[in-house]
Amino acid sequence: MDEALQELGAHIAGNLAADISGYQVAYGELTVTARAEAIGRVLTFLRDDSNCKFTQLSDLCGADYPEREKRFDVVYHLLSPQLNQRVRVKVETDADTPVPSVIKLFSSAGWYEREAWDMYGILFSGNPDLRRLLTDYGFEGFPLRKDFPLTGYVEVRYSEEEKRVVYEPVKLPQDFRTFDFMSPWEGAQYILPGDEKAGGKEPVK
Amino acid sequence: MGVMPSNAAGLVPGAPADAQYFKAISDELGDKGFLVTQLDDLIAWARTGSLWWMTFGLACCAVEMMQASMPRYDLERFGFAPRGSPRQSDVMIVAGTLTNKMAPALRKVYDQMSEPRYVISMGSCANGGGYYHYSYAVVRGCDRIVPVDVYVPGCPPTAEALVYGVMQLQRKIRRTCSIVR
Repeated sequence: MDEALQELGAHIAGNLAADISGYQVAYGELTVTARAEAIGRVLTFLRDDSNCKFTQLSDLCGADYPEREKRFDVVYHLLSPQLNQRVRVKVETDADTPVPSVIKLFSSAGWYEREAWDMYGILFSGNPDLRRLLTDYGFEGFPLRKDFPLTGYVEVRYSEEEKRVVYEPVKLPQDFRTFDFMSPWEGAQYILPGDEKAGGKEPVK
Repeated sequence: MGVMPSNAAGLVPGAPADAQYFKAISDELGDKGFLVTQLDDLIAWARTGSLWWMTFGLACCAVEMMQASMPRYDLERFGFAPRGSPRQSDVMIVAGTLTNKMAPALRKVYDQMSEPRYVISMGSCANGGGYYHYSYAVVRGCDRIVPVDVYVPGCPPTAEALVYGVMQLQRKIRRTCSIVR
């Protein structure tokens, strides 16, 4: 299966040498990294080429890496129902540089791009309706950025005097605290129960 | 509960005193054709026996809420019937996570309900934010938006727990029901 993906990756790289910067196969999945301004050409090729036929955009999302100069990834997941194969395309951008919208290629991209704008503040040029999608009306900030605090900035309550729901700065009676230092998500320094049966080793410290 | 004088409180179902009591009522009704009771009791009986509820299913709790009115638990035995419009209902069951975006809509629906109105807060999320307590988008308890009468704990509460909550609400109405002058 990996050979087929390698072949597909080489085929894509051969045809789009100017537009993509590399590809790799990991965990049985093919990932292509492309230049942001060329994303339209890349996706058009992937959709129309007879060896690709990725006619469905199954997801488009963002990812935040604050330590990078171009902090955001925009990730496109494509599916080819005819050839039963999938590909992931990644492009990099920052908070000010818009990524060309692919709404002309895949009409499903409209709301995905709105969601990426809502959650990360990634701009898409050419999307005719780049409004917030999920968060509250008048919401400020981009909640999936790593520098956005978990509890946000405002909370709501009903004001008996004003007879409406009012927004106030967050005031938690008890701050969020995490005591789960041994969580596998935090890098547990022990063999997880059950892993010893599969020959699990003590993690490297 | 039914329409009955206050001295009926201590009766045990099936006991001889119970049978005598109902025979006395039956005889009185057959003899005179009417019963005498307190208006408060009558109103409490009417209120507890026809609590129409507004569905406000927001998340997975709504599935248990539906289950409670399905044949297995059948809340309509208690006259607890679902209504589609807030203007026709007496109780609102807030079943699920209340988000900031939904909060004004919840309050608007509550304001549209006619008096007397009651609120059952169902599940951890509605009670106090629950799993999403520290989230930027979730109201930390629906009692920040509407006054709550009964809190049903659980994540989600079983249908039985909700039925118990409904019965607690009926008890509360019986206890507090009085005419506002």
